[in-house]
Amino acid sequence: MTSVQTFIKKYGWAYLFILPSLITFALFTLFPVIWSLIISFQDYSIVRGGTWVTPFYENYRISFTMLNGIFVTAIRNTVFYTIFTVTANILFGLILASLIQPLGNRMRTFFRAAYYLPAVTSALIIGLTWAYIYNAQWGFATYLTRALGLPPIRFLSDPDIALPAITLSAVLTLPATAVVLYSAAMGSIPREYYEAAELDGANPIQRWWHVTVPLLKSTTLYLVVLYTIASFEVFERIYIMVPSGVGNSTQTIVTQIYANGFKEFEFGVASAQAFVLFAIIAVLAIFQFRVFRSDVEY
Amino acid sequence: MASKANDSSVFPKSEVIAAAPRRAAINVWAIFAWVVLIITTIIALFPMYWLFANAFTPILATPPLSPILIPAFRLDNFERLLANNKFYINWMINSLVVAFAITAFHVVFDTLAGYAFAKKRFPGRNLFFILILSTLMIPIHVTFIPLYLINRSLGLIDSLWALILPGTAWVFGIFLMRQYIQTLPSELIDAARIDGASEIGVFRHVIFPLSMPAIAALAIFTFVRSWNDFLWPVIALNKPQNYTLTVGVANLQGEFMTDWGIIFSGAALAALPMIVFFLLFQKYFLEGVRMGALKG
Repeated sequence: MTSVQTFIKKYGWAYLFILPSLITFALFTLFPVIWSLIISFQDYSIVRGGTWVTPFYENYRISFTMLNGIFVTAIRNTVFYTIFTVTANILFGLILASLIQPLGNRMRTFFRAAYYLPAVTSALIIGLTWAYIYNAQWGFATYLTRALGLPPIRFLSDPDIALPAITLSAVLTLPATAVVLYSAAMGSIPREYYEAAELDGANPIQRWWHVTVPLLKSTTLYLVVLYTIASFEVFERIYIMVPSGVGNSTQTIVTQIYANGFKEFEFGVASAQAFVLFAIIAVLAIFQFRVFRSDVEY
Repeated sequence: MASKANDSSVFPKSEVIAAAPRRAAINVWAIFAWVVLIITTIIALFPMYWLFANAFTPILATPPLSPILIPAFRLDNFERLLANNKFYINWMINSLVVAFAITAFHVVFDTLAGYAFAKKRFPGRNLFFILILSTLMIPIHVTFIPLYLINRSLGLIDSLWALILPGTAWVFGIFLMRQYIQTLPSELIDAARIDGASEIGVFRHVIFPLSMPAIAALAIFTFVRSWNDFLWPVIALNKPQNYTLTVGVANLQGEFMTDWGIIFSGAALAALPMIVFFLLFQKYFLEGVRMGALKG
């Protein structure tokens, strides 16, 4: 038997088993990413194909300095949305998981399920529902402001309010994954840690802050990265709540990529903007891993 | 001290955060906790409730004095939805076809790859695994323009294949299956081999059945994810009869601007299958989240 035959006999099945996945990744992820990077340095048209732009970073320059500065505004809006939703998600997740932890098994399962239920619904439909909650005539929020005696608020048509209103709708869509993951992580903290803290005279709040929260660090890191990426990629909620935008006040990075790519068919500019998103996400993820890097194992 | 020992025997779980030296403190804490839990549960469920309450209530010509909070349990809106919108059933079928096809691909491909990465030794194993995992960081939006061009040159734009084929690559599934299969004892595989099972036989009769809990979670998440997907479908599908439900519902808003009943009932009907699905298979959903299968 030749060495090739031995190799195939020994490892052939393993390669065969990963082959379907490798092919789909190569065709539908790696190849598109590389091609997209190339297009981001090109003037690309469906009919003519791509021609290199000069200087090579022209599409990036256009994104940041031209087009009325929409893209820079979009980044700023996305950062605003991300800061509020990620902070709120982590806090809500931590607090709600802590509150359900002392309950019996059945109640704990009930609350986890209740918080999780909206997460199985498409972001698009959640967004659509919020669009009507905010509707100026029929919306629940409009009735609420009236009942509180406030002047009418144009939630989704006032350029100063639309983005905060959309962000609020995301904050109030409670963090299902965070509750479930924190809850599971809390369940695996050894009882002795609390007993030791109790012997040292720590009250329940102190025990929570000095024992529970630090030991959840790796879960927190995972959730911060997860929610930061998801928030930076916000699209559906905005697409459906303010279909034509409120000036530029509700543009985000992905709404810009979508508009430039599939409304204007400026593939070069849209690809450049997609890579800016990629770079931001990569830098943030690395930064978050450094800040949170935890030596605690349990 | 005696009273505390008593407390922890009555409320054994309360130790984790709520154990307090005095009973009065426990009660104040417990009341606060329940108030927060009930209010947040209402906040979490209210939008869905409001959607369904409105979907089941015939719309009025002018806004009522108070918001619609109690549904009228009438089907008028649904009747108008199906009568005025000849494609709604098509959208539902399209969503089902895509979700089932993608789920079937994932169950087979991800379990095969997960098994190889978990139990087999071969040159390049770590390299391939890291290569696949590294795609996690890539925002999917980076791939849309080339995907559009590829599908266009293959003539697949406006066909469900444009959604199904790229949908077969999802790194979470491979990761989930690898993590799970790693926990299965290798002796079972060796024993099956000694009994003369082929490689395919080991996979079909040992790995696959033993991985069922993870496969269930994987299948459920893949199905829900595909059902709820929006951005790529809205790019890849142009003709109304080819839409999936999310794309169709988004377009109802433009088409029936003034007839909210149609929009509400269309959205509610699109959300309903996943809600029922969740209520039936809750355990697998929550277990799957814990295994790290999905963001939400």
